[in-house]
Amino acid sequence: MEFYRSQILVCTGTGCASSNSHGIIAAFEEELKKAGIEKEVKVVHTGCFGLCENGPVVIIYPEGAFYSRIKVSDVERIVSEHLVKGRIVTELLYKESIDENNNIHSLDNVDFYKKQRRVALRNCGVIDPENIDEYIAFDGYQALAKCLTELSRDDVIDIIKKSGLRGRGGGGFPTGMKWQFAKQPESDIKYVCCNADEGDPGAFMDRSVLEGDPHAVLEAMTIAGYAIGAQQGYIYVRAEYPIAVKRLRIAINQARENGLLGNNIFGTDFSFDIDLRLGSGAFVCGEETALIASIEGQRGEPRPRPPFPAVKGLFGKPTLLNNVETYANICQIILNGPEWFASMGTEKSKGTKVFALGGKINNTGLVEIPMGTTLREVIYEIGGGIPNGKKFKAAQTGGPSGGCIPASHLDVPIDYDNLISIGSMMGSGGMIVMDEDNCMVDIAKFFLEFTVDESCGKCPPCRIGTRRMLEMLNKITSGNGEPGDIEKLEKLAVNIKASALCGLGQTAPNPVLSTIRYFRDEYEAHINEKRCPAGVCKALLNYVIDPEKCKGCSLCSRACPAGAISGQIKSPYTIDSSKCIKCGACESTCKFGAISRK
Amino acid sequence: MANENSTRTELFKELDVVIEQWKNVPGGLLPIMQHAQEHIGCVDEEVQNYISARTGEPVSKIYGVATFYSLFTLEPNGKHTIGLCLGTACYVRGAQLVLDELAKQLNVEVGKTTSDGLFTLTATRCIGACGLAPAMMIDGEVYGRLVPSKVEGIIKKYRDME
Repeated sequence: MEFYRSQILVCTGTGCASSNSHGIIAAFEEELKKAGIEKEVKVVHTGCFGLCENGPVVIIYPEGAFYSRIKVSDVERIVSEHLVKGRIVTELLYKESIDENNNIHSLDNVDFYKKQRRVALRNCGVIDPENIDEYIAFDGYQALAKCLTELSRDDVIDIIKKSGLRGRGGGGFPTGMKWQFAKQPESDIKYVCCNADEGDPGAFMDRSVLEGDPHAVLEAMTIAGYAIGAQQGYIYVRAEYPIAVKRLRIAINQARENGLLGNNIFGTDFSFDIDLRLGSGAFVCGEETALIASIEGQRGEPRPRPPFPAVKGLFGKPTLLNNVETYANICQIILNGPEWFASMGTEKSKGTKVFALGGKINNTGLVEIPMGTTLREVIYEIGGGIPNGKKFKAAQTGGPSGGCIPASHLDVPIDYDNLISIGSMMGSGGMIVMDEDNCMVDIAKFFLEFTVDESCGKCPPCRIGTRRMLEMLNKITSGNGEPGDIEKLEKLAVNIKASALCGLGQTAPNPVLSTIRYFRDEYEAHINEKRCPAGVCKALLNYVIDPEKCKGCSLCSRACPAGAISGQIKSPYTIDSSKCIKCGACESTCKFGAISRK
Repeated sequence: MANENSTRTELFKELDVVIEQWKNVPGGLLPIMQHAQEHIGCVDEEVQNYISARTGEPVSKIYGVATFYSLFTLEPNGKHTIGLCLGTACYVRGAQLVLDELAKQLNVEVGKTTSDGLFTLTATRCIGACGLAPAMMIDGEVYGRLVPSKVEGIIKKYRDME
């Protein structure tokens, strides 16, 4: 094995790749060559570090220097100063990773990472995901070896049951039970599937696991295959995740070459292989029966259960289906024991959960926290609070199936059951923060537009019901709401929840119900006063110029595409609201803050 | 992305190879159609009939699959596909305003192709660049931290390449 004195870890997850981390890698390789130290310093492509807001992220070891928002033009300096002369370029470091004396402290002491506990993400950002040797060096494939050589199939299922692990895809069904159900039926053929059709807008933890630690998923699926008696696995992954698809293909090939997939794994009589199937862009395929239909080459429409996939699934055979993050926990549970896993979390929700933190928050990115952490800790301590001094209004969890959590519930410990009791749900782990500038009726409408668009059309409550709800919301946000509309929305929502065929329809009304529950006053303002308190709904807005602040510079009048603003230079201008198309161009051009929304 | 240098006949020959590889695999229809979409540029009537004749799957089923998934299009897309992310993180940071501006600049509805065949404007699901919200993707390249005033310059860059 070659020895390097320094390693440069560059994040090549989608977030950082979007901000040109590949250009940075190329620049590093070139500069290292120029300095003649390309044999001493290694550039490693890693998965996601989580702190996407500050990407591209570069960490240089052994010092542990955490450079953030690096540009190609910074690379030459980092190489000549840090790697040649040994002087860390402190001004380019992530500012929270150094103290007042410019000493680097460990990443565990940075606010963003301090309260995190990385189990599912443990290798993300640490190893090169395209190199199986690095995964093996971090205890990779030891859990599989232990299962195949020391544990019976029932032992494995018992361990998963005892750990208390619940499905991370949203439902929270106990994973060990699911494995038990899939083991029970006698069948010559069984399948293990991985749901990597991550569809919730704003959730990207599964993608990060697949991009940063693909072998962890392959190993866990193989263990599942052993436990339930399956020979074949399928990973159903979104085609929109090209990096994840590429790394999975590489990982599968490496595992096959190393005898970790294929016939007689570890010399035992157990044989198992995994193939990929690409999703083609349908949100409903995250539902298990729809996903199975899609792997079978059909339209991805769900079907009634029972029979559950554990009895009759893919190609009519017993099938085990788990989510990516669920699998990412399995090997750690086998290696460290169920007691270790169960020591984290709350009474009914064990372990950790990964959240994709986004929206109006300073540290956008991926965080993994023990269950039971409060929303306040996530948003203010890990997330660094709300940008621009704005006030927190709500956090949305569970995507289009979830709900909005208001400030009054910030101190509720996050777990499956608590989130449901406050009208939201865990979902796959998207957490979108909203501030006072977000209109909650508009947000409810946004989610409903999504579900109307993605409804597969098979069952009428979802196909017709959600559309009727959207029409009502459109009526309210366009200023035509009438008293009684809120009650109609609530009634229809309850009916859809009770009668829709699959999880998509049954949960589609949740964003509306939870925003009515906590922000009824906003709905009432739209209906009764024809006013949007957050100033978002265009039909209810009026732009006005404050004559006290207006200097009469005429900028707004020139920016207005509708010719609605008139006046004389050096005296206050006025907006003709009958001509105004409410585009906001005037507000953004005014240098004196004289234009506001009323 | 459709390959402009190959003729349609050559592309169908390539498709034959893929059909042979998948036609006896259970659930092989989707990989075949994914290949057609990626390399021929759409799954129009001719492509549907072609796949049907060689796999034995009824055209009705192929049409059903093509219209179910958002990846498949029945007409070819424009030369550049603009996908503005309307994931939640982008939406709460003002993606709708950017989309409105794009539609205005290109003079085209969302989901449609400009009359000169240069751009197709789409609103996509989360592309996972939430840290750069609001973000859009043009032919695989991501543009982040967008505001409506940035749109004109980005479009111009692509127009100038012509």
